[in-house]
Formats: sequence, C-alpha cells, structure tokens
Amino acid sequence: MKTLLRIFAVMRKEFLQLSRDRLTFGMIVGIPLIQLLMFGYAINTDVRNLGSAYVDEADTHLSRQFIADLTATQVVDLRHRAASLQELESLLDAGQVSIGIYLPDDFDRRVLSPDRQAAQLLVDGTDPIILGVAQQLTATPVAFDAQPRVQNRNLIEVRNYYNPERRSAVNIVPGLVGVILTMTMVLFTAVAIVRERERGNLEFLINTPVKTPELMLGKIFPYILIGLLQLVIILALGRYFFEVPIRGEYLHILLASLLFIATNLALGLLLSTMATTQFQSMQMTFFILLPSILLSGFMFPFDGMPPLAQAIAEVLPLTHFNRLIRGIILRGADIMSMWDELVALAVFMLIALTLAIARFNKRLD
Amino acid sequence: MSTPEFAIQARGLTKRFGNLIAVNEVDLDVPSGQIYGFLGPNGCGKSTTIRMLCGLLTPSAGTATVLGLDTRKEAEALKQKIGYMTQKFSLFEDMTVKENLEFVSTIYTLSGKDRRARVAELLTEFNLADRSKQYAGTLSGGQKQRLALAAATLHRPSILFLDEPTSAVDPQNRRDFWETLFELAEQGTTILVSTHYMDEAARCHSLAILDQGCKVADGSPKTLGENIDSQVIEVTADDPNLARASLCKEAQITSITQLGVRLRVLLPKQVTGGEDLVRQNLQQANISAEVEAVFPDLEDVFVSVTELRRAALKKEAA
Repeated sequence: MKTLLRIFAVMRKEFLQLSRDRLTFGMIVGIPLIQLLMFGYAINTDVRNLGSAYVDEADTHLSRQFIADLTATQVVDLRHRAASLQELESLLDAGQVSIGIYLPDDFDRRVLSPDRQAAQLLVDGTDPIILGVAQQLTATPVAFDAQPRVQNRNLIEVRNYYNPERRSAVNIVPGLVGVILTMTMVLFTAVAIVRERERGNLEFLINTPVKTPELMLGKIFPYILIGLLQLVIILALGRYFFEVPIRGEYLHILLASLLFIATNLALGLLLSTMATTQFQSMQMTFFILLPSILLSGFMFPFDGMPPLAQAIAEVLPLTHFNRLIRGIILRGADIMSMWDELVALAVFMLIALTLAIARFNKRLD
Repeated sequence: MSTPEFAIQARGLTKRFGNLIAVNEVDLDVPSGQIYGFLGPNGCGKSTTIRMLCGLLTPSAGTATVLGLDTRKEAEALKQKIGYMTQKFSLFEDMTVKENLEFVSTIYTLSGKDRRARVAELLTEFNLADRSKQYAGTLSGGQKQRLALAAATLHRPSILFLDEPTSAVDPQNRRDFWETLFELAEQGTTILVSTHYMDEAARCHSLAILDQGCKVADGSPKTLGENIDSQVIEVTADDPNLARASLCKEAQITSITQLGVRLRVLLPKQVTGGEDLVRQNLQQANISAEVEAVFPDLEDVFVSVTELRRAALKKEAA
C-alpha cells in the first residue's frame, strides 16, 4: 500500500514536470512526424528518374525503339542527347548525369550477332545503388520483331509477396516504429535520473523513504504512455498517409510495442545510472541508437550482414522488435508464432532493469 | 517512549575520498531536543559529516548512531524519522510550492486526510500560502529556504539536519528562520545545523568547531570561551594599522584581528601579564592606545583553536 502510494507520488511528479517541459513534449510529437516524413518521402530505395544522357550513333528504327523502351522503364530520365562518346563522358565527369547510354553506329548488326554486346552503359559507380540499377537495365530486351526472343527468357520468376507495388514506405514505416521508440524512450529515461542529479533533486529524493524500485517504476510509467502515444501517431500516419497495410491484430501490435517500450525504458534507466551529466547520457544513447539503426534490419536486410554484425544485432532489442512488428503489420503474423522474439525482449528488459536497480545507490558514495 | 539522552552519537567517524581525509575521527554527542551547531570554514567537513549521519555516505571508519539506529545498516529505517535540508535548493523548481509539498507528503506516505491538513498547515506556518501556486524556481532566496524547511519538517521528524541553511538569505529572513528553529526545538526536535556565521553559532545550545576534517573544540558557546587556551586583549588605537604593525613583531602573539579601530589580540593563556606586554610594546613604539583584557567571544574561540592547531601542526612538520 505504501509502496503504491510512493510509486504514485513519483509518477504524478513526472507527469507534472513533463507537462511543463515544452522541449520534451515537442520531441514526443515532433520526432515521429519528422522521421516519418523524412523516411517516407525523401529516403526512397526504389530508384527512379536517374539523370541520364545517350548517344545514338546508329539512329535506326531499332535503336530509337530501344531508347524508347529504356525511357518507358522510368528508371532513367534521358535529359541529354549527346553527339559523341566524348561528350557523354564529360557529362558523366561533370556529374550532370549518372548513367550514359552509348549505342554504336553498328548497333543493328551487333544485336543480330549472338556473341557481341550491342550497347554500352556508362555508369557512375561511386554509388552502389546506381550500379545495381544499371545491372537491371541490361536485362531490357532488344530484338527485331522477327527475331525469336526465347533466349532472353529468365529462368527464375520472382513473385513479390506482401509488397507487390514495391513501395519502400511499406517496409520503412513499421521499421520506424522501432527506431523512433528506441530514440525517444532511451533518451528520455537516460536523461531522467541524471537531470535530477544535476539539479540536486536526487540528494533530496534519496533521503526520503522511497525505495529504488519504486522510484524506477514511477519514472518509467509516464513514458510508457508517451511511447504508446508515439505508436499511435506513427501507425495512424503510416496507415492513412502512406497507405501501409496493417494486416495483423492491433492487440498484437500493442503487446509487442509495450514490451519493446518497457525494454527501452529499462535500458535508458541503466544508462542514467552510469552517466553523471545529461550530456554523457546523450552520448551513451547514441552509442545504442546508431548500431540499432544500422544493424537491426531497419536499413539493411539482416540475412545479408556478415556473421559478426548479425551477432551484434542479436543483442539489440530493435532487431527483435523489427521482426515482430514487420511480421504482425505486414504479414499479418500471429504474435505467438514469434514467441522467441518476445522472450528475447523480456529477458533483455529484466536484465537491464535489474542492473539499473542494483547500480542505483541510495547513497552518494 | 522515553527520550534517550543523546539523539546522535558518533565515535571515530572518518571519511576518506581517495587521499583526502574529509572527516577525521570525529566523536559527537548531540543531546536530544537541542540545537547543535557545526561551525567551520568551507571544506572543513561539515557537509560530509551531515551526509554520513543521514546515511547518505558510508563512513570509511568509525560508527554513528542516530536515534539509536546504525547509519550503516539501518539507513532506510532512519529516513522516515529524519529531515534533511540540503545546502543547495533540492526541491523541484518546475513545480509549484503546493505541488512540491504535496509530493513530499505522499512520498512520506502520510494518510490522505493528514496529507491535506499538513500541507495547508505548513503553507500558513511558513508564510507561503499566497505563494502556493507559484513555481518553486521563481521564489526568492528566503522563500525557497522557507519552502525547503517546510518540506524537511513535513513528516514531523525527530531530528532535522540543516546544511548551511542561511547561506542565501538576508538578515531579516535569517532572524525569522532561527525563531522557527527555536520553536521546533521547543517541540522536542533535535536540530543539527552547520554554519560559517559566528552569530548563528552563538545561538546554538552547543556546537562543535570543525577544521580540516577534525573536531577541534565542542561545548556550549560559553564554556568554549572559558576553556580556550588563549587570553584576549582588546586594543583601541587611533591608528590601528600602526599598532598592528608594531604588535606583529611580538613573538608571543598568536593572532591579531582588526574590527574597525579595535584590534583583538590573542596570546597563549600561560603567558603572564599579557595585558602589560601589549601595553609596553605599544608605548615603546610611541602609539597611544587603550588596552584591556576581555572575555573571549566565539570568533576568538574559533581563531584560537584553529590557529593553535595549525601552529602545532606546522611545528610538528618542521
């Protein structure tokens, strides 16, 4: 009973202070909005409209047809027609185009010959993504109408599940839930105790009968609600603005997110017991945030990473949450079919919270 | 329950921070219901001692019992019974006066009815009622100090620890503050207060003088004056600077303090005819002055005990 009362006291205090901290409040709403718009619009991994130029020395019916086919893919945006190969190269050098297409004057004859390349793509290889796109372009079919096309047929057919239109927002929005929660939840709690230490409040608090777990729980609880508020913002925007399909149960999303929020808050508390200034706790947050963004599968597919990176990723809560949330939202998976990810998160949270409580000393030495 | 004779007792209390000895083998006996002072310069170990007595710092050596509870093992049980007012304002500046007191009343788990009554009572008692909706961060120094004392006494502790409570308040507020302390002591609260103001120390029932982590003297202000190893000669001269320069040559004199046109001259007690010694010194230098032996005040006690100790330490080192 007394325990509940003390937890309530800490909780109420946190709410009061939070409601007056405009910067933090702005972050709660601002970070999801900015990140979502940034990742949803600006950062687009389906590459379109790459600046390109071409030289058509053949200028035949077939070569013009080929150029038209390339334009139709929308991958290249043919801004210039250059007169010579030299001009094409200088455009590339100047960075005005990323891809140059060179059709030699014997283009038609080359197309007919089975062992000669018909055209050349000049690619700015400094960006691997553009290089990858160029590789795809080489698959563009080219032939005289009378010529049989059989030899160009792909042996393996790709069927795109869950994201038939290949929109990156579909993949990024659920991933952003985890990234934004990691960023804000860890940061808020990492700062929470350090701020009181800096302001001198802690010396007063530790001299009251409040017990360490009571203080920790009282501090965590308001942020759980804030985490849920952010979840609603991200999902609503994702659903109605970016048209991300939500195929799974809302209850399952809620459960997975609650566990993940609690894990991050515990982690933040642990950081706050190690830092002595707010600046230090922010530095530590970045130490967690950066590998989380890069290795969790949010940016790059988990399976494509080297074993060491995978091992590091497995100890990041975000990796497990990404699997959960993408599974539930995009594949409509049942939360219990991914129980091992839940266990991983729960274990992580318990360890972090236990360490935080053990490390936090109600003494000053 | 009968009140024990001593509310606080410490034996050989020591705190080391690395190589620095912040508090060095301090023994304390603080009687119940008294105002007990810690007098000493900054960095003499006052705050560290208070923090050890509150159970906030673990002593490196020695023991302390507060209200019969061992501060090492029973610090948590102690928290409900003691009040602590930190040197720096440690309540929440982004909460109002009333919200702060309500928080404190809940964290000390007062019963619902008592909570509201007590907060209202303290707001009136500490003259904060018209400030109850003001943010604590916007209060003046004196108001902050009243709020801090109200918060420290809210759960009716038997002992109050006050760490330099008046360092940021004006003289009028200091007077009012001490009035409140005497009222609390009257009601049976033991108060341990640290200060570097002589006039405040003089108001305590008894006090300990701390210097460089050591307790160099203790007792009531009066007995401290009686027991020092110095005699005090007061010199009133037209030109105190000249008198001072002349007296400085006298090897027996341990300290000279100027107060306007007066000089307070300290000599070891065993020097006989100290008054004559001073008079002759001044006559030889052709300086007209009134010379008179006086009863030592607390400042003389402080200067005497710290100077004598430092002189002894210097001799030891040499």
